[in-house]
Amino acid sequence: MTTAPPSAQVASDEEKKTKRLSDKLPDKTLLKWLRDMMLIREFETRTMQAYSNAQIGGFCHVYTGQEACAVGTIGSVEHDDPVITAYRDHGHALARGMDPKFCMAEMYGKITGCAKGKGGSMHMFDKPNHLYGGHGIVGAQTPLGAGLAFATRYEREVMEATDKKRVCLCYLGDGALNQGALHEAMNLAGLLDLPVIYIVENNGYSMGTSIARGTTMADDLLKKSDAYGIDGIEIDGMDIRDIYDEFKPFADDLRDRQRPGFVNLITYRYHGHSMSDPQKYRTKDEVKEFQERDSIDVLAKHLMEDRDCLSEDEYKEMQKELRAEVREAVKFAEDSEFPDVEAELYSDVFLNPMAGLSPSHDYPIGEENPILEEAEEKDDSED
Amino acid sequence: MANLTLVQAINLALTQEMEADDRIVLLGEDIGLNGGVFRVTEGLQQRFGEDRVVDTPLAESGIMGSAIGLAMAGMRPIPEIQFEGFLGPAYDQLINHGARYRTRSRGAITVPLTVRVPVGGGIHAPELHSDSPEAIYAHHPGIKVVMPASPYDAKGLLISAIRDPDPVIYFEPKRIYRAFREEVPEDEYTIPLGKAKIVEEGSDLTIVTWGAPVLQCLEAMDKLPDDISVELIDLRTIYPYDMDCIEESVRKTGRCVVVHEAPKTSGFGAEIAAMVQERCFLHLEAPVQRVTGYDTIMPYYKLELDYLPEADRIAEGVMACAAY
Repeated sequence: MTTAPPSAQVASDEEKKTKRLSDKLPDKTLLKWLRDMMLIREFETRTMQAYSNAQIGGFCHVYTGQEACAVGTIGSVEHDDPVITAYRDHGHALARGMDPKFCMAEMYGKITGCAKGKGGSMHMFDKPNHLYGGHGIVGAQTPLGAGLAFATRYEREVMEATDKKRVCLCYLGDGALNQGALHEAMNLAGLLDLPVIYIVENNGYSMGTSIARGTTMADDLLKKSDAYGIDGIEIDGMDIRDIYDEFKPFADDLRDRQRPGFVNLITYRYHGHSMSDPQKYRTKDEVKEFQERDSIDVLAKHLMEDRDCLSEDEYKEMQKELRAEVREAVKFAEDSEFPDVEAELYSDVFLNPMAGLSPSHDYPIGEENPILEEAEEKDDSED
Repeated sequence: MANLTLVQAINLALTQEMEADDRIVLLGEDIGLNGGVFRVTEGLQQRFGEDRVVDTPLAESGIMGSAIGLAMAGMRPIPEIQFEGFLGPAYDQLINHGARYRTRSRGAITVPLTVRVPVGGGIHAPELHSDSPEAIYAHHPGIKVVMPASPYDAKGLLISAIRDPDPVIYFEPKRIYRAFREEVPEDEYTIPLGKAKIVEEGSDLTIVTWGAPVLQCLEAMDKLPDDISVELIDLRTIYPYDMDCIEESVRKTGRCVVVHEAPKTSGFGAEIAAMVQERCFLHLEAPVQRVTGYDTIMPYYKLELDYLPEADRIAEGVMACAAY
């Protein structure tokens, strides 16, 4: 058995395509990516602080290091393409456009959170932004992703309710490669032509077990998707331009052909699996090796030196703005109320609760979800 | 009106609901071309096509998960799980996820899903094909559990389940799939979830049961002395269950026997017994009795009828309760 640690080695610049797809994008798109990635980085820094201060309870898995993955892949698809992910989900929520204040308030367990403070870190849901949640069981989201993809086809082909071809982005970690649900889901997707893209955010470790110690064919994961007749690609997840260059045409093609896909997106998490991880399974040098080609640094450098659309001062100003934005989100979370026990403990379990549903307590209708409320207000103002 | 079996009543309800709502999609193992292992979905693929009646691989977690995904996106999926034992592989998807989205997303994402599952013993099948796991699923907030005991109820309850905005497990007692026929209206009608039915009115003792044992209870009642008047309640919905109906009956009769196929320990009878003593304590003339399957794995066919609560055993339980 090989136990080689993940490697930060990538193709040299010469080996990369001379003309890149992402070069055609306007500056403002790449600046937006940079901003989104920096927002996630800053957000997670404050998340860790709040967790250490016991303001966030439960379990908490931060996205630091992997920012390019969510921002780059979500940035390559349409807003109404459904997204579903696992428990390291703050990055996807922010990349999808969730207001950081709802995200932070959720982790604080406040009524103003995206799930009214009942879901917590692993359960970021944002229906108006087509985000179908984080999931606390490894791999469990993979058949659900197949179902979301199924629904997009069904809506278009059977109900004829739309002309639009959509794809579902279903994220998973490398640890989920070993869960049975994924294999059932991939078989189903391959068989029924479901346009779901399984994006393996391969950070090299399922908790403390390196991929080589826990997964067969760790050095050739695309063989797994081959087995289900699903097209696969491998992408360097530390460079967002690489992600766009490779993932965009891949996703476009799958959208067009309405077929499933599989992406081995090689990335790295800078912090532990969760907030209570002794990290005995890796060396500080390994972490440093990846940090030296940090996705935010790489993109910032490109924007400053190659595109010349960002100055050192503007970069610092952007950092300052984001710090203020996240500080505001933290304040919002701190200032918000906890859910009222009488109103919220039994609410949102069933719709239109019938009297006597439970002999011990009625199920009332609780307060409206703040995300839905905001979306309604937005709709109203657009009307 | 047509004289239908339970299977035909379910098939009719599915047909009519699918005609009315194109969001309904059926998924399951061999449900299309073969019409399902019990032929419940016979003819539906021919009628509605392969896109709406989908033959899936043998993969319960995949079936359940993709059905839940469809429901989250606004469809009305109706997966069939071939036997109740096969809910095991789908349990994670159904209970850890499907039943929880309304709460987890605080009302933003819902799962209008109806899971059809043949249930119970009495057809000479082995364990995993004859079990009664309703109490396991009734233990989980967020999902409703329904079990009809007659063709008329089967149609009305299934239509309610399909139209319900939350996930419902619709258990179909195999033993009575074709055991008898009943007049079933051609028009669509609903029977509200959570409402029990008084099958027979009586004044001395209340029997509470659901599913196939309703028949065995009726048979047992024929064996009782004429001076014992039994009220028979068919719960129809296991969760949320109609405690008001039970309470009213037991306050009147003072005695209660619960009958179910599942093992006794932690069976749903335990819940009812607990609630009866909570609500009717001062009206009780005897401890609540339970006539149930045993705390063992469902035996193979030779011993099947020893395991199930058959009429003689039910009658004994009733007599013991009445004589207390």
